[in-house]
Amino acid sequence: MATAQARAAPAGDDAAFRALLEIADDCLILGHRLSEWCGHAPSLEEDLALANMGLDLLGQARALYAHLGEIEGKGRSEDDLAFLRRERDYVNCLLVERKNGDFAVTMARQLYFAAFMQPFWRAVAATSTDAALAGIAAKAEKEMAYHLRHAGEWVIRLGDGTEESAARMQAAVDELHRYTGEMFLASPARARAIADGLLPDAGSLRPEWERTIATVFAEADLTAPEVRSAQKGGRDGIHGEDMGHLLAELQFMQRAYPGQAW
Amino acid sequence: MTNVTDAALARALKVAGSVPDPEVPCVTIADLGILRGVERDAAGAIVVRLTPTYSGCPAVIAIEMAVEAALLDAGVEARVERVITPAWTTDWITREGREKLRAYGIAPPVGASGGRRAFFSEDTIACPRCGSARTTKVSEFGSTACKAHYRCDACFEPFDYFKCI
Repeated sequence: MATAQARAAPAGDDAAFRALLEIADDCLILGHRLSEWCGHAPSLEEDLALANMGLDLLGQARALYAHLGEIEGKGRSEDDLAFLRRERDYVNCLLVERKNGDFAVTMARQLYFAAFMQPFWRAVAATSTDAALAGIAAKAEKEMAYHLRHAGEWVIRLGDGTEESAARMQAAVDELHRYTGEMFLASPARARAIADGLLPDAGSLRPEWERTIATVFAEADLTAPEVRSAQKGGRDGIHGEDMGHLLAELQFMQRAYPGQAW
Repeated sequence: MTNVTDAALARALKVAGSVPDPEVPCVTIADLGILRGVERDAAGAIVVRLTPTYSGCPAVIAIEMAVEAALLDAGVEARVERVITPAWTTDWITREGREKLRAYGIAPPVGASGGRRAFFSEDTIACPRCGSARTTKVSEFGSTACKAHYRCDACFEPFDYFKCI
């Protein structure tokens, strides 16, 4: 256990910066996707729920970017990191940038992500050599626990619902399942961070994720599709065509009015 | 909470602790457990430590500014610092804070915080108005990040429940 050692931030460590950037970008991009539901959700309660969870993810991203700015030590702020990079410099996984689709697609994406991030943050809080990161993780884990419950309940309701809802839920799962593998891969930077004890090995958390998904699918009467062409590339900055559109909106204010502040 | 050993420190604690929460003004930040401590740093300056409730809580900056303004008004020289470890939990809401919430019409958190809960699990939340346990959850996501939306099936009033986290 790393807790016995000094738990310091890995200042000036490029691999650590890059590994944590992957997680920060996942939170920012999914948080932005959820914000797109604001005013469009199927009910007022769900509108509030999705905005609330989008805000959780943005809050987690902010804390991570601020911490990353300190690790990098070049004076970049959380806003610089969130708004002033090019598409190829974002290293989020492809799953989180996928378009919202219908409510079933959004719930499938939420389930896949939260079922991974809740145990991931729990492991970061327990084992990371970086005390500040462990603090961010302890908070985020509590939030991902209710994101998981919310998504899991909806996937079960829709999968085990009407003919129409079941067909849409199965279609959502069929569409997104191929993007889930990327969450468990270790980029070279991530492998270094794992070896250094900064981050837990996401791959080792895969069995727990699979059990969670299997439990939900069994109750929802859904079938996990066989993945023939697993999709990846986001960690290398290779994104789908929707990412550019997402960034155009996300970055609009800073591009149109550079340096604009509240 | 910190042991208060000098008058200025005691005053800083009293002033900071009296600041109401901007979204739930019936309780103070001390009642909610957001105020983590007031102490002197190595150089002798007074530091007021605050912690956010949720990662994305939009009230964090408003609370920090309100505390700074209250300290300034009271003529107490102190700086405000944000701490995130250990993570805030509703377990830190004081007994008095829970009673204030109930009197205000918000059901206080039930039980102790824990990790993952089962899908579709429901706690019994008593109506803060009539006390009936016959209530229904409308949505786990209410008017603020920290509250869920419930309806009482006895007196038919809607109410907020301060979620256990």
